[in-house]
Amino acid sequence: MSSDNHVIPIIEETDSHSEEFLKGLWKSNPVFVQVLGMCPVLAVSNSVINALAMGLATLFVLLMSNVLVSSLRFVIPRQIRIACYIAIIATFVTSVDYIIQAISLELHQALGAFISLIVVNCLILGRAEAFASKQTVSKSFMDGLGMGLGFTLALVCLGTVRELLGNGSLFGTSVLPEQFEPWVIMLLPSGGFFTLGVMLIFINMLQKKKTEPS
Amino acid sequence: MNEENLWSIFINACLVNNFVLAYFLGICPFMGVSGKFSTALRMGLAVSCVMLVASVCSYGIQQVLVFLDAPYLQLISTIIVIASTVQLIEMLIKKYNQALYRTLGIFLPLITTNCAILGLAIFQANREYQFTQSVFFALGAGAGFTLALILMAGIREKLRFATIPEISQGTAVNLIIAGILSLGFMGFAGLGG
Repeated sequence: MSSDNHVIPIIEETDSHSEEFLKGLWKSNPVFVQVLGMCPVLAVSNSVINALAMGLATLFVLLMSNVLVSSLRFVIPRQIRIACYIAIIATFVTSVDYIIQAISLELHQALGAFISLIVVNCLILGRAEAFASKQTVSKSFMDGLGMGLGFTLALVCLGTVRELLGNGSLFGTSVLPEQFEPWVIMLLPSGGFFTLGVMLIFINMLQKKKTEPS
Repeated sequence: MNEENLWSIFINACLVNNFVLAYFLGICPFMGVSGKFSTALRMGLAVSCVMLVASVCSYGIQQVLVFLDAPYLQLISTIIVIASTVQLIEMLIKKYNQALYRTLGIFLPLITTNCAILGLAIFQANREYQFTQSVFFALGAGAGFTLALILMAGIREKLRFATIPEISQGTAVNLIIAGILSLGFMGFAGLGG
């Protein structure tokens, strides 16, 4: 793999462990700010349960691969590092796949191929390459935890909006009054694009307000 | 065994269940490379080629894994074969077409982490496609990906002359456009069975 991987964003390094943890939640939230790992975000966020399960599965894989990549950072030769990272990630994803299948077959069917597709989530490879391969194990752990939670948070936000508007329910139980006409479009693929687009606009608005107080 | 008609597989993968707009696979290059029409076309063709090769390879892997009775190796072996195929194609392009290499350079390694490729391999394994069916599936998916990419690039080139509110510039407006495109592609539902 060529060494000039410009596309994976390098985030400024911070000093303390708590900052490593917190930056993933908001300042460089993987979904809202870095716009990484979009495929699962859009695909499984049509209900809160699916979004939460996907978020937690990604969190687990991210955490474990960050820790392993970081502890093996002096062992893995530079030239074949990407292949090594992918092998590590694929191992954890396979185990997550079987764990979810054991816990709930229904959930496994709802998420479908997207569990396997965690392997190619740019977020995980991006963190392994840009962070875990250069930092200590404990820092990588905090980074993985923060980024994973930030990712889960974003997924759940999106899932909540889409399930509430598209189905009038949360976690499968109806919460809106009977008269509410569900917006079916929110559950369809285009609803995912629209919701995330509107959320990004909202976040841009917040950040603009912060930078230029008038 | 799957007995689906070859053309219906092609139309299905290309239009009805377009990889980008209906399955959300390969969103990263879709957003990243769709700024210019010519780059988008090249990227689409590169991905289509890799898809075709990856589809053939993963068909082989699937047969071996069924023979060995080791489904838990599917993910690891498929992704490693895809990664090495991409590496090989990258070296070939670098040797034979310097101009193309410079345009695609940084995107080629990223095809490895393009979910569309792995998604294709997993879908075709799950649906138990036979060899010719797999090839048509890959062709359809590649054509669909290229189509979505160049449609998006065309719209974005026009969009440069429009005034967009500052807060919705960049990814936000691209996502909204993708949503509208996806809505349009829903019109193909029912085609190809």
